[in-house]
Amino acid sequence: MTLSPSLAANPLISSWLTIRADGTVTLRVGKAELGQGIHTALAQIAVTELGLSPDQLVVAPLSTAASPDEGFTAGSLSTQVSGAAVRAVGAAARRLFIEAAARRAAVPASSLTVVDGAIRTPEGEIVGSYSSLAAEVNLDVDTAGAVPAGAVPLAERPARSDLTRIDLPDKVFGRPRFIQDMELPGMVHARVIRPPLLRATLADIPEERLAGLPPAAWMVRDGDFLAVLADREEVADADAARLRGSAKWEPADDLPEESRLTSWLRDQRSETSVLAAGERGRPAPPGTRVSASYSRGLIAHASIATSCALARFDGRLLEVWSHTQGIFPLRAAIADALGLDKSDVVVYHVEGAGCYGHNPADDVAFDAALLACRTGGRAVRVLWDRAAELGSGPLASAMTADVTAVLGPDGSVRDWTYDVWSNGYNGRPGYAGNPGLLANGYRRGGRALPPSVDPPLASGLGSGRNAVPAYTVGSPRVATHRLLSMPIRTSAIRSLGAHFNVFAIESFMDELAAASGVDPLAFRLARLDDERARAVLLAAADAAGWGQPPGAADTGLGLGYARYKNTGAYCAAAAEVEARESVRVRRLVLAVDVGQVVNRDGVRNQIEGGAIQAASWTLKEQVRFGPDGITSLSWETYPVLRFSETPQVDVVVIGRPGYPSLGAGECTAGPVAGAIANGLFAAIGVRARTLPLTDQNVLRAIGLDPPEAVIP
Amino acid sequence: MPVFLINVNGEQARVDTEPRTSLLTVLRNDLGLKAAKFGCGQTLCGACTVWVDDRPVYACDLPVEAVGDGKVRTLESLGTESAPHPLQRAFVEGQAGQCGYCLPGIIMRAAAFLRDHPAPSRAEVAEALDPNLCRCGSQQRIVNAVLNAATEAAR
Repeated sequence: MTLSPSLAANPLISSWLTIRADGTVTLRVGKAELGQGIHTALAQIAVTELGLSPDQLVVAPLSTAASPDEGFTAGSLSTQVSGAAVRAVGAAARRLFIEAAARRAAVPASSLTVVDGAIRTPEGEIVGSYSSLAAEVNLDVDTAGAVPAGAVPLAERPARSDLTRIDLPDKVFGRPRFIQDMELPGMVHARVIRPPLLRATLADIPEERLAGLPPAAWMVRDGDFLAVLADREEVADADAARLRGSAKWEPADDLPEESRLTSWLRDQRSETSVLAAGERGRPAPPGTRVSASYSRGLIAHASIATSCALARFDGRLLEVWSHTQGIFPLRAAIADALGLDKSDVVVYHVEGAGCYGHNPADDVAFDAALLACRTGGRAVRVLWDRAAELGSGPLASAMTADVTAVLGPDGSVRDWTYDVWSNGYNGRPGYAGNPGLLANGYRRGGRALPPSVDPPLASGLGSGRNAVPAYTVGSPRVATHRLLSMPIRTSAIRSLGAHFNVFAIESFMDELAAASGVDPLAFRLARLDDERARAVLLAAADAAGWGQPPGAADTGLGLGYARYKNTGAYCAAAAEVEARESVRVRRLVLAVDVGQVVNRDGVRNQIEGGAIQAASWTLKEQVRFGPDGITSLSWETYPVLRFSETPQVDVVVIGRPGYPSLGAGECTAGPVAGAIANGLFAAIGVRARTLPLTDQNVLRAIGLDPPEAVIP
Repeated sequence: MPVFLINVNGEQARVDTEPRTSLLTVLRNDLGLKAAKFGCGQTLCGACTVWVDDRPVYACDLPVEAVGDGKVRTLESLGTESAPHPLQRAFVEGQAGQCGYCLPGIIMRAAAFLRDHPAPSRAEVAEALDPNLCRCGSQQRIVNAVLNAATEAAR
């Protein structure tokens, strides 16, 4: 088993665990609870490895002052990376305690076991415990040194029965737990007045507005950064509304025309990355060339809460409370932007609503940090409003792709080429050598946000994530074209480019199957060598009733498959789609293989949630904009899937005991999109190549646009 | 500032604020009741749902002056961990939630709905919850939990 990068960066057991004389154990991790249940899964691993009962362990809230640095909580890597570290640390600590007990009792260590924190002989005699030995066992040792090579592979230790979510009772019983619920003594409420565009300058605030601010509120301006502060939240709100109405902004960028977004993406200067070289220069193989173009608009994270942060500065130490995905990168970015030493900034993580990627959590934290330096030591709480949450935070880029392949007379697929155009998928704090914090671009002397970039192959790529097909299609040529300008701000959203790329590839596979006159399931299976891939595809098709006649008129079943990042979890989706007045998904079946399952219900919950959110993106979601900026600024103009529109979701988990655990949070996005588009085709024979599948886009696919797949 | 006397969770509360201040702000900031959440401030997501005189309302859009002598109830008064409302028990048992930010509003709306519709169909529950949004994709678990709570209450 390779060493977890989290463990390589934080090798000491004591970085992760504190074991006290009263027998309680504190687990510190660097991965944040984002509503995905990761702290429950990591607690489960820890109690399993240590031999504790669940109530003997608490997971500490994250802070840069105490937690191991595990970078960002992103990319479906927490169970894989942090889980492996916690497993190793737990096993190492357990071994040290067993050895100490064995020395005391003069019995062989190999005969001892730990149950509920008590160390027992085979006869059941208790010869020590975590509490009784806490004072004598030194945990300031390297984890790797405490677990000898050749020990039983860690993944083989059986997991305890599932823990239930440790954070859920607070939420169900209404106890304060979210950052939005947090108060600091004497805190002041702040609201930021933002321009409608990413780049704009504050031309004017009418003087009478300045004079008209009631004494209960005051204003802070730094360059083009403008905020109001007040003792009472409703006063800050009312004043921000008035100020928004009177502030005049000069746009510094031209936005593309919304109706020409796809061609605009192709026309911009871009950086090409070849992900698979293909066989250029060889003559085209014999057969029929099939081509198609696909596209998707921008998507918003659209958290159900609006982003919030608190900060306090005593003249030396800056403390920031944030629902960020990366406390350490955020600390570095804030220190960089404000010219502070990193050691004088502490970032504490407090749970927020689900973020689904790089939402405004980091931006609002910097708003609070900036303002805390201007309040004479008073704590500041900043809350964004719904319009800012939907329009001023990073978005998922619009994307468009061209795919072609040659169907050979022998049924082979050759000469596959895939080109995708997109803005970058990573503008996280510090990622491109820039603090990457929204307000910093508006401050006097601040640095504007650079165009977002794409993560490298080792991190699973960005716009190119899952752009290389998993199927046997000769030597494909795959290239991404990342835009070098960014008039609309983009960054990471759950699955990055995989939602769109898998939609395009899976749609195209169905188009090839149709052109070949072969069943889409059989067509895929004939081109998948990986047994685990075939297993999820067959399981989803089987559970969905593939091959049986549709249950109702105008309904059809579609399939989608991908291995997330081509290295992560295997996922196949089957969608039962009904197309009458509108496109509706009646049922989704997901079959997944995430390696060894840590928490079975946790996996199911992530798969269900990921699938429903992906259905929402695929069916409904599209950020709207005009010349003056983003216009989809409320739930009316940015609709998401509602309860009565939610499909039935069935999940099949294929267990793989002994295999490395793989993250479950993002693997459904692409397969669900492909399955829905293919289900629409199966239902009414319409190939929709533009997402979302709104009435307008489906009507275009039916009549206003000629079919783009050309079979000469 | 004017003074308002409002009845919240069975107790009289005194609040000094402007008449247009929302009930949500008063509950959260003046009375320290943090269960009801701010989600949009436009009555479009339901995160702020509480009861006034046993009916679900959007607290984000209700000025405190309009509460009058209406009896306000929030999730804090619905049940406790030792004596949970059937819905709270069903949500925990069914692990019905991911981030959980939407749950206080959803549970309050569902509790009012179940009082009037003790044996609803799946489709009726989904339609009743349509004013509330869940972004994590927990809709199926939430509907299951409401149906399970109805079954339990009928026993």
